[in-house]
Amino acid sequence: MPAVGTSVARKDGIGKATGSALYADDITFPGMIHGRTIRSTIPRGRVKSIRFDFDTDGFTIVDWHDIVGRNSVDLIEKDQPFLVESEVRHMAEPILLLAHEDRERLNAAHVEIEYEEETPLFDPEQSTVVFKKIDIMKGNPAGALASADLVVEGTYRTGHQEHVYIEPNGVIAVPEDVDGKKGVAIFGSVQCPFYVIKALRCLFGAHPPIRVIQTETGGGFGGKEEYPSMIAGHAAMLALKSGRPVKIIYDRAEDMIATTKRHPAIVRHRTGVTRDGHIVAMDIDVLMDGGAYVTLSPVVLSRGCIHAAGPYRCDNVNIRGRTVFTNTPPNGAFRGFGAPQTEFAVEVQMERIAEALGIDSVEVRRINALRPGDTTATGQKLREDTSALMVLDEAVRRTDFLRKREGYRGTNRALGLSLFYHGAGFTGSGELSLKSKARLDLTPTGVRIATGSTEIGQGTRTTHAQIVSDSLGIPYEDVEVAQPDTARVADSGPTVASRTCMVVGKILEECAHEMKERLNGLSPAEYHTRHGAFSVERMYAPPDWIKWDDATYRGDAYATYGWGCDVAEIEVDPDTFEVRPLKLTAVQEFGRPIHPALAQGQIEGGTAQGLGYALLERVVMRNGAMANAQLTNYTIPTTLDMPELDVVMLENPYPGGPFGAKGLGELPMDGPAPAVVNALRWLGFDVREIPATPELIAGCTATA
Amino acid sequence: MARNVGRQCVRERDAVRTAISGLEVRRAASLGEALSILRDDQRTPIAGATDLYVALNFGTLEPRRFLDIWAVNELRDISMNGKTLVLGALATYTSLIRSPLVERHLPMLVEASRQVGGPQIQNRGTLGGNVANASPAGDSLPVLAAVDAVVVLRSADTERRIPLTKFYTGYRATVMRPNELIVAIEIPPVEGRQWFRKVGTRAAQAISKIVVAGVRAAVPRIAFGSVAPTVVRVPETERSLASGATIDEAARVLSREIVPIDDIRSTAEYRMRVATNLLRRFWIETG
Ligand SMILES: Cc1cc2nc3c(=O)[nH]c(=O)nc-3n(C[C@H](O)[C@H](O)[C@H](O)COP(=O)(O)OP(=O)(O)OC[C@H]3O[C@@H](n4cnc5c(N)ncnc54)[C@H](O)[C@@H]3O)c2cc1C
Repeated sequence: MPAVGTSVARKDGIGKATGSALYADDITFPGMIHGRTIRSTIPRGRVKSIRFDFDTDGFTIVDWHDIVGRNSVDLIEKDQPFLVESEVRHMAEPILLLAHEDRERLNAAHVEIEYEEETPLFDPEQSTVVFKKIDIMKGNPAGALASADLVVEGTYRTGHQEHVYIEPNGVIAVPEDVDGKKGVAIFGSVQCPFYVIKALRCLFGAHPPIRVIQTETGGGFGGKEEYPSMIAGHAAMLALKSGRPVKIIYDRAEDMIATTKRHPAIVRHRTGVTRDGHIVAMDIDVLMDGGAYVTLSPVVLSRGCIHAAGPYRCDNVNIRGRTVFTNTPPNGAFRGFGAPQTEFAVEVQMERIAEALGIDSVEVRRINALRPGDTTATGQKLREDTSALMVLDEAVRRTDFLRKREGYRGTNRALGLSLFYHGAGFTGSGELSLKSKARLDLTPTGVRIATGSTEIGQGTRTTHAQIVSDSLGIPYEDVEVAQPDTARVADSGPTVASRTCMVVGKILEECAHEMKERLNGLSPAEYHTRHGAFSVERMYAPPDWIKWDDATYRGDAYATYGWGCDVAEIEVDPDTFEVRPLKLTAVQEFGRPIHPALAQGQIEGGTAQGLGYALLERVVMRNGAMANAQLTNYTIPTTLDMPELDVVMLENPYPGGPFGAKGLGELPMDGPAPAVVNALRWLGFDVREIPATPELIAGCTATA
Repeated sequence: MARNVGRQCVRERDAVRTAISGLEVRRAASLGEALSILRDDQRTPIAGATDLYVALNFGTLEPRRFLDIWAVNELRDISMNGKTLVLGALATYTSLIRSPLVERHLPMLVEASRQVGGPQIQNRGTLGGNVANASPAGDSLPVLAAVDAVVVLRSADTERRIPLTKFYTGYRATVMRPNELIVAIEIPPVEGRQWFRKVGTRAAQAISKIVVAGVRAAVPRIAFGSVAPTVVRVPETERSLASGATIDEAARVLSREIVPIDDIRSTAEYRMRVATNLLRRFWIETG
């Protein structure tokens, strides 16, 4: 029986269910000590003096003077220091590192830091420091706006969002001898082990041998994409200085205050339409708050801008984006990577366009939805795997949308809808330059997958093993998956961007085909007995038709897209303005589910995270720091906040993916917020901002 | 439990921010023992520890010496003393929810208890702890204030009965003395329809942004949480309703009588608007 398409047992299931799976904080090493980060308590200024108000005996203390290589986290830019030298740019910025074997003494140690404070900048609209600008131009939007029958304008805002992975950030750095050289091994909760390698090479210069081993990871959502480089660098510095293993585990408050969040955004739309509902011009301005350092902001902005026009056809489009500096902790990767912000904006704008035209919003979407052969804002000609209409029609039919919405008129219940899409894999030529590799090793009992792709709860090990199992024609149980250890596995690129199943899975499929040929009819065990082990390693080859120009932002932005339509049914309490989602129907097309239960889990989880983003999750910033950095006051949805979910998985295979699969991880995040807010609009609340808390809704002037 | 991850490793004890090695706990088996310990020794009582543990984890818990009273079973009783409902200080939310006496005499406390935290907290959290903890957002407090509950305090030598509305002297401050324990909460007979509404930050595991309890009688009794430094009754609003004012007039009185604030959970404006909305809803639904 084929493994692909069935919900086989998760490779990591038993370990996690029984508690034998080891997370970073479960692990100790002989002689291990604990590390702690001393952070800035001002948003902007200079460090004047540092005083240790404790007995430093037995402590290892590291500051920027200890850095032998370069004091910068190597990402897109090298602007962010591992440790403050003098200038403080945001609250909770790392200044000093302490380590001690007794955690209580470590926590009690008080460091007095005197600052020279400067006036911080918190408002991105006032910022003149631009990290990245993007300008996407198609046709003649100015001319088309001028001649449109109607122009609809609107400004939309989205807030920070915190990842709330179950396991906070944490690593252990262990000094190790490699061929007589003093090196360091990092064990940690990370999404991208090879990013950590790159960052540590820069920090230490090329000298010490470094490897990174991913421990069992309790969720990431992008929050463990770039940030672990920082904490790993800190632990490694303490380990090399003390000569002992050093563990740094953030508690929830530190994790929330110090690590990355989703970029807040302000998106302005001017849309030209004809009387009969055709979009003729889109002018979109996207502003994202990058925080104090560049980190991944340019690429978040890029994906946000590429998705900013929504899944709609339009010949004249201008999308201008910029991401700017503020004195707040850097914002970073988060499931959806810029698209949830811009797709929220365009989907509420679509609802308002329909209102202005007096045409039903489902009809306006139908008229303008992208079809095969249409071109996107970047000029990409879409292929047969374009399913905007398919998901829209199915969602409308399945929920009996029009009739039900009409029936709710005059009550405190309503239906709202959103249509969305999400590009899978790295943008443009990104997958080409990544040169991702994957490897299959023949073992005495089967095969072992050796990739840098991390299991962070989404099912990497399982889906990869399914793909290999069927491609090789051996039982699923005979496929094992190596723990990612950069000294032992192939660099298959980061575990991000909905690419792990689709891109790395594809390389593994090809490895398996090559291995099958070499086995020549023998089972792995038979071959191994007769000829011994061998490995197959291959590099990813993106579809050859992809053309992309990074300078002009023209071309094929993504090899394929997933498509979704969410219908939210909600009820609003007339006294308290609390929104209760009653039911959410998520119709999503992502090629083909390799593992239906895991795919459904991605959609359910992403929808919950999207509903939290829409209604509950408000990061309260005070003086540049998160003031509600606890799970008590930063409220993610509980089971009782979740509505009934109806998940529908439609298929439209992508020829370039393994067994037709596209990426899925991020897609479900894009839809819930606009669907909910469009339902609120139907109830008379002109909401243009999320999270749409009761406080915000209460203050919204009625639409009707 | 040991397993290999690269090399030897073992499981590690959990850690919280407060230095637990410096904490000292005594356990009392009876009320007499508890009170005599408190007479000789300053210790902070621990009941269900659901509030204390949070502070411990955040490193904000100042006391270092504790008296665990969880085993003092005589404080668990829920009973009638004549017409008075007596709720032992250690009665948990779960026991309040399951008690036929509470269901009959004070159904809005059942309602409030059901909305506290989640099942784990309901199993462990106590009424006495909610009262002693003195948070303005404590969900049982408006219920107790609206029915003129009496807090029974006992020390080794004396017993005092303090009306709940006089129990609090300011934000997280009470008249309780260090050598006293809350032993019970007494509920005088309640006439009229009871009404409770909690507006939390989400559907469960939520701190109240505003919480209201009311009793509809000739002179209505209404109490709010989270709109002032302590739980408050609104006597002028009550009087205006009793004297036949319209609900609109009463809502105006209310908006002069409470002074809610902005905090990380909500805004003064929202709290004010929702307080008046809920006053109206109370009036409509109990009318
Ligand atoms: C996840 C979570 C959710 C929560 N949800 C809610 C909620 O929805 N609504 C709500 O109101 N509260 C909530 N709480 C707070 C808490 O559960 C309640 O306040 C509970 O009633 C406290 O009771 P306890 O027995 O656990 O108190 P403890 O933590 O044991 O004690 C709290 C304080 O009261 C003192 N104390 C306790 N008993 C006595 C006594 N008999 N005499 C004198 N002093 C005493 C203690 O010294 C301490 O200062 C929540 C807490 C958590 C952790």
